[in-house]
Amino acid sequence: MNAVLFVVLAALTIGAALAVVTNRNPVYSALALVSTLALMSCFFVGLEAYLIWALQLVVYAGAIVVLFLFVIMLLNVQREERALPAPGVVASVGAAAGSLALGVAFAVTRTSFASMPPVGAGYGSPGHLARRLFTDYLVPFEITSVLLLVAIVGAVVLGKRRI
Amino acid sequence: VAIDVAIACAKAVFMILLVLQVMGLGVFFERKVSAVIQDRIGANRAAILGFTGLGLINTLVADPVKFLLKEDVTPEGADRLLHFLAPVIAVVPAVAAFAVIPFGDVLEVAGRVVTLQAAQLNVGVLYVLAMAALGVYGVVIAGWASNNRWSLLGGIRGSAQMISYEIAMGLALIGVVLTYGTLDLQVMVRQQGELLWGWLPAWGILYQPFAFVLFLVAGVAESKRIPFDLPESESELVSGYFTEYSGAKHLMFMMADFVEVVLVAALVTTFFFGGWQVPWLMRDGFHVFGHVLAVPAAWIVVPVLQVTSFMLKLIFFTFFQIVVRWTLPRFRYDQLMRLGWQGLLPLGLLNVMGTAAVILVWGAKA
Repeated sequence: MNAVLFVVLAALTIGAALAVVTNRNPVYSALALVSTLALMSCFFVGLEAYLIWALQLVVYAGAIVVLFLFVIMLLNVQREERALPAPGVVASVGAAAGSLALGVAFAVTRTSFASMPPVGAGYGSPGHLARRLFTDYLVPFEITSVLLLVAIVGAVVLGKRRI
Repeated sequence: VAIDVAIACAKAVFMILLVLQVMGLGVFFERKVSAVIQDRIGANRAAILGFTGLGLINTLVADPVKFLLKEDVTPEGADRLLHFLAPVIAVVPAVAAFAVIPFGDVLEVAGRVVTLQAAQLNVGVLYVLAMAALGVYGVVIAGWASNNRWSLLGGIRGSAQMISYEIAMGLALIGVVLTYGTLDLQVMVRQQGELLWGWLPAWGILYQPFAFVLFLVAGVAESKRIPFDLPESESELVSGYFTEYSGAKHLMFMMADFVEVVLVAALVTTFFFGGWQVPWLMRDGFHVFGHVLAVPAAWIVVPVLQVTSFMLKLIFFTFFQIVVRWTLPRFRYDQLMRLGWQGLLPLGLLNVMGTAAVILVWGAKA
């Protein structure tokens, strides 16, 4: 990926991600989230991982955030009032986020990307990805599915106390 | 490099013009088919500078001009930015989806092989689904930003409907993808050029008839037109999610609807009716029962025939959807949801299982 393009896209992505958390209007936050996801998908195009790019758009931008918007509208959520939580909470969340960022930065600087072997032809193509997913990574894949199922069951239980 | 960019731009412009042409024809059908079905003559009274000679054609020219000249109203209390953006968000993905639809095989000019498809993408099917999914935002945002309860109800109905039917649409396409063994639309169309038993064109409808029906129903539902126009339903919601739009923005919503109709026609053609294939026409000429009827100047005549074939199929399925729209009454909302979740979804799953079982037992088609 072109370095200039990367920097511009990265700046836009971070800007959109900041807009998600700083907007007081939940609809705007959701739309900023769509923009963030769409911009992130552009990086997959740069990596020639077209399948991941398309899936990102279909699943996250196309389905999940639409559901967010649907719920926001259905509940008619109004603009959020500005109110800071207790100073202790702010400090501890800030410390956790800061140490996470430091950890990621440390890991990135310690990793030598030059030593990684180049990927073969067809890497990331639908067939290749499916073969890896359904052979080498079948168990994690199925466990993730079960996790989602558990979440759905939990949502139903919470939502319908009296069935 | 400059020439490659020029070719890519030319292909994109050609595709957009083709879509807009068919869309215009769609509006013509809409007027005339509705008139014939309702035993009317149809609009024929528009006078352009006193000239009424062309009847309906005059109306078709006058209509958009009327829309463009009308006052553009933003209602009080509306979210100005999103109210402005919503029609744009509705139109852009619908048009962008055409990028991966092949309108011809290849054109060989001066040693250059040009694939007649705006963008060659090995995940074309997913790209189309992604664009269809992004189209929801136009509806949802329009409904929310208008500060109108009817609009909001229309937007909510629209988002629920489109998400529900996207699943049915995707499931129908899984059967198709299993059959062809690829997500690339151009490769799919090329495979449909083969002949079964030496004479029958191997169009997708022969392999996936159930997927065709499911896809067509889900596709019509995606384009939010009668019998699935619950997001608009003028007898309940005035005009649904675009109640508060006037002038050019209203026109853009109507345009998005018609582009989606053409898109469904293009997808049905591509997946099930051979795309740009002309029956028995190969790159050198017609192959009939082992005989080859050569076509003169094949390098240009064959692509022209293919593009024409694609356009004719496109026009036919656009026409078909408009006949459906003027024939069927509107569903009730619960019927709509039941059809989507209890009808199309299990049938789509059955089709996927059946297709997979056939491939497992008898091996893939190719």
